[in-house]
Amino acid sequence: MGMTCETVWRESSNYLDETLGPELRLAMDEHIQGCKKCASVIEGLRNIVTLYGDERMAELPAGFSQRLQRRLEANKLPTRRHFFGWAVAFAASVVAVGSFELLRHTASEKPEAVAPPHTRRPVPPDMQVVVAEGGAQFHRAACPLLSGRSNLRTVAAAEAIHEGLSPCPRCMTEYL
Amino acid sequence: MSSQARHIQGMTTLLQENSAETAREAELILRVKSGDHDVFYQLIQPYERRVFATAMAILRNEADAEDVAQDSILKAFRHISQFRGEAKFSTWLLQITINEARMRKRRMTIRAMESISEQPDDEREYRPREFADWREIPSESLERKEVRNALIEALNTLEEKYRSVFVMRDIQHLSIEETAKVLDITQASVKTRLLRARLMLRDLLSPGLNGQWTAKLAFAKGVKPWE
Repeated sequence: MGMTCETVWRESSNYLDETLGPELRLAMDEHIQGCKKCASVIEGLRNIVTLYGDERMAELPAGFSQRLQRRLEANKLPTRRHFFGWAVAFAASVVAVGSFELLRHTASEKPEAVAPPHTRRPVPPDMQVVVAEGGAQFHRAACPLLSGRSNLRTVAAAEAIHEGLSPCPRCMTEYL
Repeated sequence: MSSQARHIQGMTTLLQENSAETAREAELILRVKSGDHDVFYQLIQPYERRVFATAMAILRNEADAEDVAQDSILKAFRHISQFRGEAKFSTWLLQITINEARMRKRRMTIRAMESISEQPDDEREYRPREFADWREIPSESLERKEVRNALIEALNTLEEKYRSVFVMRDIQHLSIEETAKVLDITQASVKTRLLRARLMLRDLLSPGLNGQWTAKLAFAKGVKPWE
C-alpha cells in the first residue's frame, strides 16, 4: 500500500530524529524519492534543525558570565573561613553601640528628637537593573518606562548607583 | 524509604554513572552542599547557555531573560540542599528557570501579548506550504547577524508552547524525555508540538529559500502563513 503525503508530513519530525521503525522509514524513503513536495518538506525541516541547532544560535549576551559570577559572589553564605571576620565585625558593632548608649545617657542636655523610623530599604547592590542610554534612573527589566527605549544595558545596582543613577519611581518604589 | 535514604540513593546513582562528566558534576554538587560555595559556578557553567535560552524562549526579551536566568541560577544555589539527585541536575535547573520565567511573564501584564493560559494542542493536520523549489539556507550564513536575527524573529512568532519545545529540543539538544520532564508535559505532546514548530518555521523562513534574506520577511508584517 502506498504511503500518503499526509503520513509523511505527520512522521517527518520522527523521520529526522531517526526514531521510526525500519519498515516505516523505508516506506517514507521510497515515497520521498518520487514526491517533490515531500522531499521539499523533509529537506526544509532538516535545514531548520541544522540552522537552529548551530551553537551560534545559543550565544549568551556579552558579559553574562561575569555579571553572574559577581552576583554569586555577593550571595555567598558565610562559611567557616568567613566566620571569624563576621565575629570581629559583630563585636565591633556591639562596642560601638554600647559606647553610643553610654554617651547618650551621660549627656545632661535635653534629649534629641527621635527620628521617625527609616522605612526605605537599600537597593541590594548585586541586584541586576536596567539602564537606558542617557537615562538618570535604573529600572527593573519589566518596567513599563523602558518600553520603546533603545540601547539598554543590564548592570548591578551598585554600579548604577556609582554612576549617579537613582531608582525608578515607577518600578522600584520600595527603594525610594 | 526516608528522604535522607532517597537522597543518598539518588546521589549514589549519579556517582555510579559511567560518564566522567556526570561523576565530576556529582562531586561538585556534594562539595557545594557541604559548604564549598566557590565551586558552584563550575557546576552551572556548562548550563549557562541552556538556562538563558530557556528563559529567552518564554520571555522573548534579552534583558528579562538574563535577569530571570541569573535569578534562577541564584535560586538553585540557595536551594541546592533540596536537590536529591533523582533527576539530572540540568533538568532540575531548567525546571527552576521555567517556573521563574513563567512567573515573570505573569507579572509582565503590560507587555504580555499572549495569554498565559495555554490553549490545547491543535489536533488538526498541519499542511506544509508548497514551494516550487527548495534552496537550502547554508549554515555559513549564520555568520551574518541579520540571518540570526531573522531566525530568532521567526521563532518568536510561534506560540510559547511550540517555541519552548523547539528551543529545548533543537537549540539545547535535550532528548524527548528530558524535554517532557522539564516542561512537565507528556512525550507525545513534545513530539506533536515539535513537529508543528518545525513545520511552521520551515514555512516562515521560506523567503530565504528564494534568496530574499535581505528583503523584509512576510511574518514581520504580521502575516502568519499557517493562519
